[in-house]
Amino acid sequence: MRREPPQKLADYGPLVFPAGMLIVFFVVPFATMIAVSFFRRDPAGFYTPDFVFDNYARFLSLFFGKVLGFSLFLAIAVAICCVVLAVPFTYLLARTRRKTQVLWLVALLSVLSLSEVIIGFAWSTLFSRTAGITNLFVALGLMSEAVALNPSFGAVLTAMVYQALPYTVLVLYPALVRLDPTLTEAARTLGASPLRAFFTVVVPALRNTILATLIMVFIFALGSYLLPQILGRPQHWTLSVLITDQAIYQSNMPFAAAMAVFLVLVTLALVALTVYAGRKGEAA
Amino acid sequence: MRDILKTNVSRRAILGAGVAGASMLAMPAVLRAQDKSLKIGVYGGYFKDSFDKNIFPEFTKATGIAVESVAEPTGEAWLVQLEQAARAGQAPADLSMMSQVAMLKGQATDLWAPLDPAKLSNYDNLIDHFVNKYPDGRVAGIGAVAWYITLVTNTNVYPEAPTSWEALWDPANADKLGLLALVSNSFLLEVTAKTFFGGTNALDTEEGQIKAFEKLAEVKPNVRLWYRDEAQFEQALKSGEIPMGQYYHDVTGLAAMDGHPVRSTFPKEGGIMDSGCWALSRASTKSEEAHLFVNYMCQPEIQAALSRKVGTAPTIKRELLDLTAEEFAAVSSEIEPIIPRYDLYTSKSDWLNQKWTEMIAG
Repeated sequence: MRREPPQKLADYGPLVFPAGMLIVFFVVPFATMIAVSFFRRDPAGFYTPDFVFDNYARFLSLFFGKVLGFSLFLAIAVAICCVVLAVPFTYLLARTRRKTQVLWLVALLSVLSLSEVIIGFAWSTLFSRTAGITNLFVALGLMSEAVALNPSFGAVLTAMVYQALPYTVLVLYPALVRLDPTLTEAARTLGASPLRAFFTVVVPALRNTILATLIMVFIFALGSYLLPQILGRPQHWTLSVLITDQAIYQSNMPFAAAMAVFLVLVTLALVALTVYAGRKGEAA
Repeated sequence: MRDILKTNVSRRAILGAGVAGASMLAMPAVLRAQDKSLKIGVYGGYFKDSFDKNIFPEFTKATGIAVESVAEPTGEAWLVQLEQAARAGQAPADLSMMSQVAMLKGQATDLWAPLDPAKLSNYDNLIDHFVNKYPDGRVAGIGAVAWYITLVTNTNVYPEAPTSWEALWDPANADKLGLLALVSNSFLLEVTAKTFFGGTNALDTEEGQIKAFEKLAEVKPNVRLWYRDEAQFEQALKSGEIPMGQYYHDVTGLAAMDGHPVRSTFPKEGGIMDSGCWALSRASTKSEEAHLFVNYMCQPEIQAALSRKVGTAPTIKRELLDLTAEEFAAVSSEIEPIIPRYDLYTSKSDWLNQKWTEMIAG
């Protein structure tokens, strides 16, 4: 197939549909949100169209700074855990028989069919004192008494990693399947142990894929608001939880919109920084 | 026969007549102009189902007024819809059951058409605080149903029922409580004021509110779960995972009847009483019918039926009701209730919300 730049206006035709969808389902709602974030909040009613910075000013406080910081930290932790678990797993999976691969992938896909609510409640039962896994440890003689493992940071992290892991594997899988096996064979021939070959050959070869996966999981985890609520203490609530509170329970749309815009901007900045750092590292 | 078919009426005319006829049929409002009807908004789900089954058919039988029930969302979304519709002269529902904060916000914009006590023969049955009035004395809303939030415990973990809200502060209950997560639905500031500072009047000033926040912050080490989702706490309470907390009196009673080891206690400082009001949109043209309905709902028999079948507390005086002591205890208590300071949630809602969030999450 020959590729050539579009010559006539009609050559841009195929772009109309995706561009239209993007405008209707992304640009317009996002622009509305930005507009609402500058509206004036009326505590006794709803909001009135205006252009004020009050909503952003309220956000700029130590309290919200901490919440934002925790949300970013949690998302980064989830992304790193997922990638650390998924890269070796997918690498080994890509080297198994086709039938085994299919079985694993189907199992992982089935996790995706679970809603966040079900995942949250399932983990809260598993981590409970009355019916949780610690009862199993007591029966095995590993612990003297059943304890509650939630609410805690560990519980939030576990459930979020559980939720994001299938995506991570599915994103990494194509790249790892296509990875040239002669690369590792060459390393082994030159005397590297399998572990050394994995870290010095496979991981660097997958650099860009891993970086892209990290960013994807990070953004996916940043939007989570149900799991921190079900499995965490209030200090583990993310910014998304507070946005929901403002939008649904306080009917303070302008402030909710301002927080959401801020979250999007910080996310974009972090992603840009990561990509920039990745490029620089590649050039060096 | 052929001659009849060969009349001079054109096909076009027949089609036209057909369309006209069909549109007549499609406009039942025109055909049934004499029929009386009323659109009533009630909270969707359990409330609407109970009203559709137990209340509305009886009302139609008694008065001949057809009721169209509308499921309204909880929270303030319905208020916003009513407000915007009223500006356009529309009423998605004539009467709606509204929460107290929504009532006050609607009053601020004159959304509620005043109700005339002279047209309500049962007006005097009502307990005073269930009549919402505009500052100038016009009646904005009439109490529809009331419910309590009380101190609940798991009977396996606590063989003895607690007697006071002070149990929430007891260091022995570390990491054992489930409390509502929002300042505007937990009403814990009022509980703190009533328990430690002599009454909800202590919240009149900002200093008083800050004092209540500081006292309330002391319960934090005892709280295992700040819940938004009721099912989450109910489940944990039944299993004993979180054996104490605040919860709805009616639902806890139902769970106990089903054999779960839970109990609801009215502390000596009183349960938290929350309620919904009937309010008429100013865009409604059904004022007569609405008055009839509100009056119907204020009858002792109907209030008793609501308590027995829906599990809500009556909004009219106890002595008028034929409820037995057990039936009354199942939905209410003689102990003077803690009535939330709804005024604060309109005048200072953002400040209170901010302080609250900083207190529990900080």
